[in-house]
Amino acid sequence: MTVHVPVLTGAPTDQQLIDFVVREARMIDQQRFEEWLELYTDDAYYWMPLEWGQTDPKLTCSLMYEDKLLLKIRVERLKGNRTFSQKPKSRCHHVLQVPQVDRRDEAANEYVTWTPMHYVETRFDDQKLYAAWATHTLTVIDGQIRIKLKRVDLVNCEAAFGNIQLFM
Amino acid sequence: MAKYRGNVEAVRGLVRETEVHRDLYVDQELFELEMEHLFANTWVYVGHDSQVPNAGDYYGTTVGTQPVLMVRNGNGDVNVLYNRCPHKGVRVTTEPCGNAGKFFRCPYHAWSFKLDGSLLAIPLKKGYENTGFETSHAAEGLAKVRHVKNYRGFVFAKLNDAGLGFEEFFGDSLSSFDNMIDRSPVGRLQVAGGVLRYMHNCNWKMLVENQTDTCHPMVAHESSAGTASEVWKNAPPGTKKPMAVEIFLPFMSPYEFFEGMGIRVWPNGHGHTGVSHSIHSDYSAIPGYFDQMTAAYGENRAKAILDENRHNTVYFPNIMIKGPIQLLRNFIPIAADKTLVESWTFRLVDAPDMLLERTLMYNRLINAPTSVVGHDDLEMYERAQEGLRCNGNEWVNVQRLYDPAEEADATVVTNGTTEWQMRNQFRAWSKFMTMSM
Repeated sequence: MTVHVPVLTGAPTDQQLIDFVVREARMIDQQRFEEWLELYTDDAYYWMPLEWGQTDPKLTCSLMYEDKLLLKIRVERLKGNRTFSQKPKSRCHHVLQVPQVDRRDEAANEYVTWTPMHYVETRFDDQKLYAAWATHTLTVIDGQIRIKLKRVDLVNCEAAFGNIQLFM
Repeated sequence: MAKYRGNVEAVRGLVRETEVHRDLYVDQELFELEMEHLFANTWVYVGHDSQVPNAGDYYGTTVGTQPVLMVRNGNGDVNVLYNRCPHKGVRVTTEPCGNAGKFFRCPYHAWSFKLDGSLLAIPLKKGYENTGFETSHAAEGLAKVRHVKNYRGFVFAKLNDAGLGFEEFFGDSLSSFDNMIDRSPVGRLQVAGGVLRYMHNCNWKMLVENQTDTCHPMVAHESSAGTASEVWKNAPPGTKKPMAVEIFLPFMSPYEFFEGMGIRVWPNGHGHTGVSHSIHSDYSAIPGYFDQMTAAYGENRAKAILDENRHNTVYFPNIMIKGPIQLLRNFIPIAADKTLVESWTFRLVDAPDMLLERTLMYNRLINAPTSVVGHDDLEMYERAQEGLRCNGNEWVNVQRLYDPAEEADATVVTNGTTEWQMRNQFRAWSKFMTMSM
């Protein structure tokens, strides 16, 4: 079901920021990836650090540090006829704690939320559980909340993982 | 009943000129024999000495499935010790890496050991008087791996006395390490950026073979690199080609590109793709780097170093390096159907940061558990691990561009799509597997 998102006329309320973060996870779970990509600003990054407390995304390796072009490649690839690692397709499921609004900077049009979550990714007989904290840096563009940076810190970021194919 | 233990002829029979038996990938008994023989008779990568820069620094890892410690001694040497207290068998170090100070102290009963492994002290030592303790295994301290070589920072160990000396085992293949290291204006590398650890439910040899398999990129990676190419085509005209696109697109090069790049095989299972060019040849120049290299080496030598674009160099049995981007992948065997892949990256000391930034981007786009290229490959390995159970055909084919006159342990440059390097690895497998049986 598509949820109607009202156009904001002023700064978003905390509840509007929280609703946005929850809807973003729902879009991933429902595999509405093209719509999901539209939630990101053109200069956005999706960052999944490799190290605990990592501060540098460029001279320290990350699991993911992807701009919109790279995210689009992923979204297109998931649909591909010769994407064999998605035959059969993966599915995923988020359980979020209520997001907390950590910072509001209306002058800079920037809002930061923090969301502990459990994420399950499955493919055929295999099901894996991950625990993470998502930090969203949000902004408002044309009355819509948009993501400038989504940072996903896995509680076991340095562990040896098998394939993680969708988005946390 | 044991099928292969004590039966050297049965082991030899598994490797034919152009095909190998599926038990090399699926049989757990054979895996255990690999750990006892193949991974003991060959020089296996331990780590880089920049991981233990100071006296007392240690790094815990494995050689085959044997837990070991790489340790920097007080005199600056790097030792490799078995990571097991001689008393009750407890792993001596508490962290994966760290600094032991002047000695190791077992966390169970406080037995302590010098950095070279020898026994330093035991609490309540009187309890061992007149027990003949001096002649016990325990009195020897932490067992030391006897054959260790530090080659320009890269530390290798050979567990058995059998096998070849370091120089004879690697021979001219060390030129790939040399080229990677010489790319630093001061000829030195440093581990940097963190290690990507990616668990694979497949046999370690599938990964090693894949490193010189040049007929799979345009097929298996059509989904990732091919999609990248399609998405890039829709970029607004005039957009500067991003580093990520530079990294992805060469994977979709046609067969002719890979045939022309060439493969070089060396004795003892080593070999590399990309003799004349590679997927790394056309990366953008990094500002200032060539000038630094020219200042350090002179223009001709700098050009010679940077014109080398070796793609993947396989050091038998289980690592691969990419000289042009300072990356090392370690295919760590865990079980017949389980392999931990560690992808390490290096900083060229005194070179621009941008080189490390590109190397790290390559590593996360290609070698991470979140990498779409990684997903493509692992899917194929896991399908093979499953398919090899089929009894309808027990053999894996490695026949491409085989010539019956092909010699074992030769140094040859040939067509870049040959499976000679795979055959080279299996001949080496047979040789080092059986030499101590």
